[in-house]
Amino acid sequence: MKKEHWKSLLLTALLFALFIGVWFIATQPKESAQQTAAQDEYAALMGKGAAKSGGFPPPQEIGKAIVNHLSDPFKDNGPNDKGIAIQLGHSLGRVGMGFVLAILVALPLGFTIGMSPLLYRALDPFIQVLKPISPLAWMPLALYTIKDSDLSGIFVIFICSVWPMLINTAFGVANVRRDWLNVARTLEVQPLRKALTVILPAAAPTILTGMRISMGIAWLVIVAAEMLVGGTGIGYFVWNEWNNLALPNVIFAILVIGIVGMALDRCFATLQKLVSYTE
Amino acid sequence: MSFLQVENLAKSYPGNDAPVFENVNLTLDKGEFVCIIGHSGCGKTTILNALAGLEVASDGNIMMDGREVIGPGLDRGVVFQSHALMPWMSVIDNVMFGVRSRWPDWSKAQIEQQATKYLEMVGLGHALHKKPSMLSGGMKQRVGIARAFAIQPKMLLLDEPFGALDALTRGTIQDELLNIVQATAQTVFMITHDVDEAILLSDRILLMSNGPRARIAEIVDVTLPRSRTRHDMHHDPRYYRIRNHLVDFLVSRSKEPKPDGETHPPVVRPGEDGPSATSPI
Repeated sequence: MKKEHWKSLLLTALLFALFIGVWFIATQPKESAQQTAAQDEYAALMGKGAAKSGGFPPPQEIGKAIVNHLSDPFKDNGPNDKGIAIQLGHSLGRVGMGFVLAILVALPLGFTIGMSPLLYRALDPFIQVLKPISPLAWMPLALYTIKDSDLSGIFVIFICSVWPMLINTAFGVANVRRDWLNVARTLEVQPLRKALTVILPAAAPTILTGMRISMGIAWLVIVAAEMLVGGTGIGYFVWNEWNNLALPNVIFAILVIGIVGMALDRCFATLQKLVSYTE
Repeated sequence: MSFLQVENLAKSYPGNDAPVFENVNLTLDKGEFVCIIGHSGCGKTTILNALAGLEVASDGNIMMDGREVIGPGLDRGVVFQSHALMPWMSVIDNVMFGVRSRWPDWSKAQIEQQATKYLEMVGLGHALHKKPSMLSGGMKQRVGIARAFAIQPKMLLLDEPFGALDALTRGTIQDELLNIVQATAQTVFMITHDVDEAILLSDRILLMSNGPRARIAEIVDVTLPRSRTRHDMHHDPRYYRIRNHLVDFLVSRSKEPKPDGETHPPVVRPGEDGPSATSPI
C-alpha cells in the first residue's frame, strides 16, 4: 500500500516534468526568424525587445509570474493592480455569501419538500425547469433588478448553488429509513427534535453531497460571472490580464483557480466524511 | 377485564376484497408472555404494528390498561426485526435517546445511568461507546432490546427479534430475554417463526391460520413450569406433545377453511394427557 503510494507519486512527478519539458521545447524562440533593421527598430519603438519571442509564453516566464505574484499577494495599487490574495478574497467572499444564502433557502425548503410527498410533486416541475438554466443567463435580469454588480454576482452564485442542495436535501429527507422514523414515533419524539436528531443526521450525507456539488458549480461560475461584471475578483483578473495580453499572468490565474477549487472540494469531502455513517 | 383487549380486529388494503385478517380477538394479562405464530402473510406484523400504534386497523379496537390505543406511545416498547438502531449514534446514545424521550426532565447523569443499567442487563456493558456498525447482529438486537426495556413500557412488542440471528446467538439472547422478563415482570407480545422459541418463552401461544381472512385459530396453553430452561425443557414429555401440536398446525391445519362465525378461538392444552387437553372457553 505504502509502496504503491510512492510509485504513483513518482509517476505524477515524472508526468509533470515531461509536460514542462515538452512545453519548454515547444515555446523555444525561433532562431530562423529573419528581421530587417527597420523591423528591429520598429519593434524597439513599440517597446518590444529583440528577445521577444511573440508566441506562447515558455514555462520559465510562468515561473517568473508566479514568483512575482506570490511575492506581494496583498498589494493594492488601484483597480488594475491588486494582489492575487485580494482578488481571491473578493471571489471567495462572493461565493461564500451566495453559498450561505443558498443554504438558508435550500435546507428549510428541502426539508419541507422532503417531508411532504404532495409538495415534492407540486414543486418538482419548477425545479426541473429552473435547474438546467445556466446561472449566467440570470445575469441581465439580476443586473436590471438589483442594479448592483457585486450583488448580482452573489445572486448568480446563489441561484446556481441552490438547486443541487435543494434536490439532495429533499431526496435525503424523503428517503430516511422508515424504521428510524418508526422508532421516533413509538418514542413520541416531538417534531422539531425528530427533525434535528433523526432526520437531519440520517440525511446529512446526502445533503453534504449536494453542497459539495453546489460548491463545485459555484466555483466554476464565479470566474465567468466576474469576467462579465468586472471590478474585482479572480475572474476579473483573468479578463484584465487578457486585455493586457499578459498570458503568463492568465496562466498563473488558471493555476490558482484550479488549486483553490481543489481545496474547496477537499474541505467538503472532509465534512462529508464527518457526517457519514455505516449501517 | 384483561390488561390488553383486542376486539374484532381486521385489516384490509384498498383494492383487495378479502381482508388480510379479520375477527381477531385476543387478550393479554399483566406480566404475561404471549407469542404469535403463523405463516408469512397472515398479518402477524400488522397486528403487532396495530398494537404499537404504527398502523391503523380497518376495523375493531384495541384497549390497553383501560384506554384505547390510537397511536404510538411510550407505554409500549417496540423491538424491531431489523433492530432499527440509529447508525450515527453510539450504543449508549441509542438507548439514551429512548430514555430521554420517556423522561425529558431527567438530568443527563440519570439518563446515562438508566441506559447503562439496561445495557449491562443485556451484557453490553463493555460496548457502550461503540457504533452499531461495529457490532454483530446479535449485539445490535440486544441494543434494540435494551432500548425497549429502558423506557419501562407497560407492554413490550417484539417483531421476530431473533429471526436474523444464528442458532447459537439466538439461544443466548433468548435466555437473556427470559431472565430480564422474569426480573421485570414485563408483559410481552412477540412474533416468532420458531416453535421452540415460542415454547421456551411464552405462557400462551396464539396460532394464526393462513391469510387472506386469517384469524387466530387456536390458543395453546404452555403448561410447562415457568422455571423451564433451554437445557432441560426437552426432557419433559409435555414439551414434545406441545411441539408436535404446534408443528402439526403449521404443516397442515393452518390451511384448513375456517368455520364462519367463530370468533373466539378454543384454548388447547396439548401438554396435558387425556380428555382434558381441550376445553372450550
